Amino acid sequence: MVSSQNENRLLSSEGDSQRTQYPYVTGTSVIGIKYKDGILMAADMGGSYGSTIRYKSVERLKQVGKHSLIGASGEISDFQEILRYLDELILHDNMWDDGNSLGPKEVHNYLTRVMYNRRNKFDPLWNSLILGGVKNGKKYLGSVSMIGVHFEDDHVATGFGNHLARPILREEWREDLTFEEGVKLLEKCMRNLLYRDRSAVNKLQIAKITEEGLTISQPYSLKTFWNFAAFQNPTVGAEGSW
Amino acid sequence: MTKEHANWSPYDNNGGTCVAIAGADYCVIAADTRMSTGYSILTRDYSKISKLADKSFMASSGFQADVKALQKVLSSRHLIYQHQHNKQMSCPAMAQLLSNTLYYKRFFPYYAFNVLGGLDSEGKGCVFTYDAVGSYERVGYSAQGSGATLITPFLDNQLKSPSPLLLPAKDAVTPLSEAEAVDLVKTCFSSATERDIYTGDSVEIIILNANGVRRETEQLRKD
Repeated sequence: MVSSQNENRLLSSEGDSQRTQYPYVTGTSVIGIKYKDGILMAADMGGSYGSTIRYKSVERLKQVGKHSLIGASGEISDFQEILRYLDELILHDNMWDDGNSLGPKEVHNYLTRVMYNRRNKFDPLWNSLILGGVKNGKKYLGSVSMIGVHFEDDHVATGFGNHLARPILREEWREDLTFEEGVKLLEKCMRNLLYRDRSAVNKLQIAKITEEGLTISQPYSLKTFWNFAAFQNPTVGAEGSW
Repeated sequence: MTKEHANWSPYDNNGGTCVAIAGADYCVIAADTRMSTGYSILTRDYSKISKLADKSFMASSGFQADVKALQKVLSSRHLIYQHQHNKQMSCPAMAQLLSNTLYYKRFFPYYAFNVLGGLDSEGKGCVFTYDAVGSYERVGYSAQGSGATLITPFLDNQLKSPSPLLLPAKDAVTPLSEAEAVDLVKTCFSSATERDIYTGDSVEIIILNANGVRRETEQLRKD
């Protein structure tokens, strides 16, 4: 009994708590962009259990305090724990009751320290996070990975989004995107992910945060187009394949 | 019983190249601004250079989270030093602090490849080069990071540094002028960009001299 428990531990000794080895229920890509009035973020609502799409109503975009929005991919239970940490952070910030409030840059820095600290203990929170917000007119969009690698940019993505969405954003993102243009751009990226990421589900939310406040859309689906010539006769260039 | 292996690594290499050249009365510190992971580019304008003190700039490549943590530790130690001694740390002092900080984590290293550049107390350029666990020496010029193997032979050829085996020890700082050194650095980076996939996008160059600090940016190939 004892020896099989010990086999599950990573470089551990007697008194150590269990360390995360691999994720169980995971969310896939999150994409975030800056636009004229603030930040737009998109994520689907899938929670995969390995190759099964187990949950289809997982909210992976959440508000943080007055000025920030967090989107998470990776282990959902670790995201829920991060939300608890953030809850406490915002609570203490409010309890100072000094008229000041943590902005997105501060929240991003806090998250970076939390993720890096867990990585140092060999017990990572298995998430890639995107943190966006607006404070005093300044837009901020940053990313943190599970080992603490962090940066800010005009557009960010996690997981497959880095491979499928970032190239689209590099071509088509502009500083002065309107809300409608921003949503269209995000939908284009999400559609691309739907076609090519097997853990994507066709039920997504788009969140918008501006100086005025935050709105997270109701879940909706994207129209997909399967009448591309390449999909009609897929084996025409390679007879015998399927 | 076979030991179970980790399926994640606490390290990643976010790439990039750093260079520093010491002159008679100036120092040039440069690093590209690309941050990568695997075969992806995360961002094209990320600064790898950190101002540790008035006369000390550190350029670091490697694992970005460790680099940031290292920069934070050194900044905060410098702040404490200033409170205790009412003056800025000299570049050689910062060099020793960096070495000690790196060795402190000898058995779980900061995966950071550093080049420290600045002016010593006589106003002469000084460059210190490090490995990940704190071995360091003062040199006339150095390159670290993914493009270092491409740049170092080129600098050896161009800067004709005297042999470190000579006695009495000959000064390693280059006789080149500041403008020539900056131009040399730009050439180094455009060449390294051609062949190293992790180097590119743009190069950030800091020039330190008696008049203060100057910053230049030069665009590089983005492929």
